[in-house]
Amino acid sequence: MNKNEGNTIMTEEVELMKGNEAIAHAAVRYGADGYFGYPITPQSEIMETLMELHPWTTTGMVVLQAESEVAAINMVYGGAGCGKRVMTSSSSPGISLKQEGISYIAAGQLPCLLVNVMRGGPGLGTIQPSQADYFQTVKGGGHGDYRLITLAPASVQEMADFVGLGFDLAFKHRTPAMILTDGVIGQMMEKVVLPPHRPRLTEEQIRKESPWASSGKPAGRKRNVITTLELDSAVMEQINIELQNKYKHIEDTEVRYEEIGCEDVDYLIVAFGSCARICQKTVELAHEQGLKIGLFRPITLWPFPSKILNRYADKVKGMISVELNAGQMVEDVKLAVNGKIPVEHFGRLGGIVPDPNEVLEALKTKLRI
Amino acid sequence: MKEEIIIAGFGGQGVLSMGKILAYSGLMEGKEVSWMPSYGPEQRGGTANVTVILNDGPISSPILNQYDTAIILNQPSLDKFESAVKPGGTLIFDGYGINHPPKRKDINVYQINAMDAATEMKNDKTFNMIILGGLLKVRPIVTLENVVKGLKKSLPERHHHLIPMNEQAIRKGMDIIKKL
Repeated sequence: MNKNEGNTIMTEEVELMKGNEAIAHAAVRYGADGYFGYPITPQSEIMETLMELHPWTTTGMVVLQAESEVAAINMVYGGAGCGKRVMTSSSSPGISLKQEGISYIAAGQLPCLLVNVMRGGPGLGTIQPSQADYFQTVKGGGHGDYRLITLAPASVQEMADFVGLGFDLAFKHRTPAMILTDGVIGQMMEKVVLPPHRPRLTEEQIRKESPWASSGKPAGRKRNVITTLELDSAVMEQINIELQNKYKHIEDTEVRYEEIGCEDVDYLIVAFGSCARICQKTVELAHEQGLKIGLFRPITLWPFPSKILNRYADKVKGMISVELNAGQMVEDVKLAVNGKIPVEHFGRLGGIVPDPNEVLEALKTKLRI
Repeated sequence: MKEEIIIAGFGGQGVLSMGKILAYSGLMEGKEVSWMPSYGPEQRGGTANVTVILNDGPISSPILNQYDTAIILNQPSLDKFESAVKPGGTLIFDGYGINHPPKRKDINVYQINAMDAATEMKNDKTFNMIILGGLLKVRPIVTLENVVKGLKKSLPERHHHLIPMNEQAIRKGMDIIKKL
């Protein structure tokens, strides 16, 4: 993302910070209007950094510690209804609490940015990194037939970049977008070039860009009503069809992925976020042993890069999905490949993160290399 | 050049901040850097470790199980990480609190009595900078000049008057580290 743009200003603006901190800085610089959250490890630095930046004195951005996760997501619902750039963040148990609100926001066709810095579950679980909320994020989580645009950053730079991308996609399609990351990317420090400062939109700009927003009715226009209740099933079906058409359009146009050394390989590792970083090293180790293995990294988990993976199934002998869970994304890889080649899974559970050698050994055993 | 380092000890010994200063120094040197802490509920007295990687090119995994250099500040960390040093790699340990010194013969082992030196300097807060000095003596991965720049960048302005003392501690560490 914007790598060339970044390089031109790198000399003076390169910073060293945690992924969580990068999200906070990027939100202020994007011109976000509001952040509403409730603290939970391993993502508390997002709100802490925002509080330290006190953007209410500079850009006018609101930063508010709500009384609970449920309150925070409903504040986001309200802000989004007014066409504001609003966001929330939490970690797994907190995101579970927000699911009702997320379903309402999706049903209301409202844009917002959500951040889940995943930790090991189920239940209150552990504070260590995990990717076990994949199903929750890309298959629903809340009730009803809705989808979340899901971005999976693999570096601190992408944590910063995906704030702007997430907001842009959310507003383009009037649907919530989520940054799905974990304690590894949230807690690690790396170099980052922050995006340039942009002013927040004025009320007039919001009325122009988001004519659906319920931010006050000008004369001569019908009232904008934001509701998710429709008791007439025939109308509700039409609303659902409208949503599904939108999701189909997003699936056709917004797929993002990265191919790392995927040319002329025998096997493919599929991994996202922190696992993709670990597997990058696994690929380096595999090359040292003369094994032809590439790494395919989905950047959007929904929409999932199914078509491109299906094409890879004609070229490679097998794939392995490496995840910090018991086997979730592997189901989407299997659907994409549709039985053409074997698809295996390797994962560690409950907050344990595998090292690159461990992944290589698992890969050799499971794919019988 | 790539250097993969683990720093491990008790919480409160300055493990994470030493790693941070090393990472900032790498940044000043124009290198790619990553700093990955073992974050946990433990605070002072618990175990803490951080993986710092400095590289001329992009860094793949921030999490490793083999290191070029291990900096070990207590016995539990030595027990855990002695076997994780790559053959031919470097292990630096502070003698204080180590009852069973490292046994491996295929790595370079250095001892630095930083705790004693810090007590002598009447400032135990310089402990981790003495260790850092020892590291830079045997593995000159960043220049002292860039460490000072890194300190300036990472410390808030109100603490900048402490930089000369830190520099002095680094030099002390360079003097007292010895090969076993």
